Amino acid sequence: MPVAFDDGVVTGEGLIAGHRVLIAAQEGGFMGGAIGEVHGAKITGLIERAIETRPAAVILLLDSGGVRLQEANAGLLAMGEIHRVLLDARSTGLPILGAIGGRNGCYGGTSIIARCCDCLIASEEGRLSISGPEVIETVEGIEEFDAQDRALVWRTMGAKHRRLIDEIDVIVPDDMSAFRNAIIAQLNVSRPLSLETLEAEQSALRRRVERFRDAADARDIWRALGVDSPECVSEMEADDFNRLVEGLEGSGS
Amino acid sequence: MSEASSTERLIGKIFSDAVKLDIDGELVTGEGRFEGTAVSIIGTLNQAAIGADDALVLAAAILEVIRDKPRRPILIIADTSGHRLSRWDELVGISGCIAHLTKCIYVARQRGHRVVSLVNELAVSAAFMALGMSSDECYALPQTELRVMAAPAMARITKIPLDRLTELFRSSPVIGPGAENFLRIGALRAIWNENLANHFRRALSEPVQAADYTRVLGEERGGRKEARPVAALFRSEAPAGGK
Repeated sequence: MPVAFDDGVVTGEGLIAGHRVLIAAQEGGFMGGAIGEVHGAKITGLIERAIETRPAAVILLLDSGGVRLQEANAGLLAMGEIHRVLLDARSTGLPILGAIGGRNGCYGGTSIIARCCDCLIASEEGRLSISGPEVIETVEGIEEFDAQDRALVWRTMGAKHRRLIDEIDVIVPDDMSAFRNAIIAQLNVSRPLSLETLEAEQSALRRRVERFRDAADARDIWRALGVDSPECVSEMEADDFNRLVEGLEGSGS
Repeated sequence: MSEASSTERLIGKIFSDAVKLDIDGELVTGEGRFEGTAVSIIGTLNQAAIGADDALVLAAAILEVIRDKPRRPILIIADTSGHRLSRWDELVGISGCIAHLTKCIYVARQRGHRVVSLVNELAVSAAFMALGMSSDECYALPQTELRVMAAPAMARITKIPLDRLTELFRSSPVIGPGAENFLRIGALRAIWNENLANHFRRALSEPVQAADYTRVLGEERGGRKEARPVAALFRSEAPAGGK
């Protein structure tokens, strides 16, 4: 069984634009960034330290296929432990920023952790979903999901679709300085978790699920949201795409 | 009349007196009176696959309890084959819907609702994370099946031959399915056998566990020895530690 001295995640502390932050970066090259016992405990401990030492944010660079199956149960529980401490941190007003910029995307339980962050940033190539394409195809059949159809994978799970339906907050070009700037803009920005904010989230999600109940393809959703040429979205540069999103949000659709 | 599901029968065994349940497909919401205390109940039946819309129904039930029944205990009964695998669920963002459900459970706990989870027949992966691990404490029955993935799929993905994997299942609580293994790694506070009402009474009356109790239990029970010390190391590590 493969082992690595850092168990596939690097953690640390540093300054970004003069602000102290704690950071964990998943190494997608090691077992697909999957979360095992030690990997998970490092992230949990890091967030606990942040609750005590109050940095401007905790930054999670997510690149993970989900639970590491070689230590399945311990990996799943590690996920649950990160999740719990992450919400503990948020409830003290400490911002947790997630960033998805790797090749593995953010799958399985890691996608739930991502969606519990204060703010989620991704590059155009980022992906965010619970089930991997192969898993859906294996269990439900190729008619349900053709995992080899890269365009289908991209437009169902890709960052631009996630931005358009509000699962991701910020899209940046695939570039370190772009990620850095997006992170700086979110330092010290905490989004409270309360009955009121969750009721607002409940109505927004309810609306989304009802509105797109019959959607068969992401392009149906984009069209309904007011995107004139859904076929052009995949080719758009991040800046053009962000202008498109701003335009849609401005028109209230 | 269809026969009552095992989740309904289980609820009936815990609440000997008045229980009012609303069954909607494979979701159950309702309330019962347990030895004089009103308890809200939410859960899933018949090894339900939890879709994006289902997660929102359960979340709405939690929010309603928070809003209308301050501090009332909540019992979550899970019987689930996991999140629903479908193109539609991914299209509409099932990750966000399940994450939302977990946030609702979190805020309920924070506002003084005791949230107890009991896994009935089956819980798998992300659904266990959402309905089991998000509560104050999670319990299961002796025969409960808990797992991340079925063995054949796991063998295929890890490229560990199925018979070797089955051997590992027997020797290692870190990978083997079942309530006993999840108990040993600390994912379950306890297994409820026989008198369920006694167990539930104790679960409601004991103080809420510390945030890191699953790590402590995993170490004490010898099923997961690294998590607690590693987390403690990274919690205390000096900035210049260079790890």
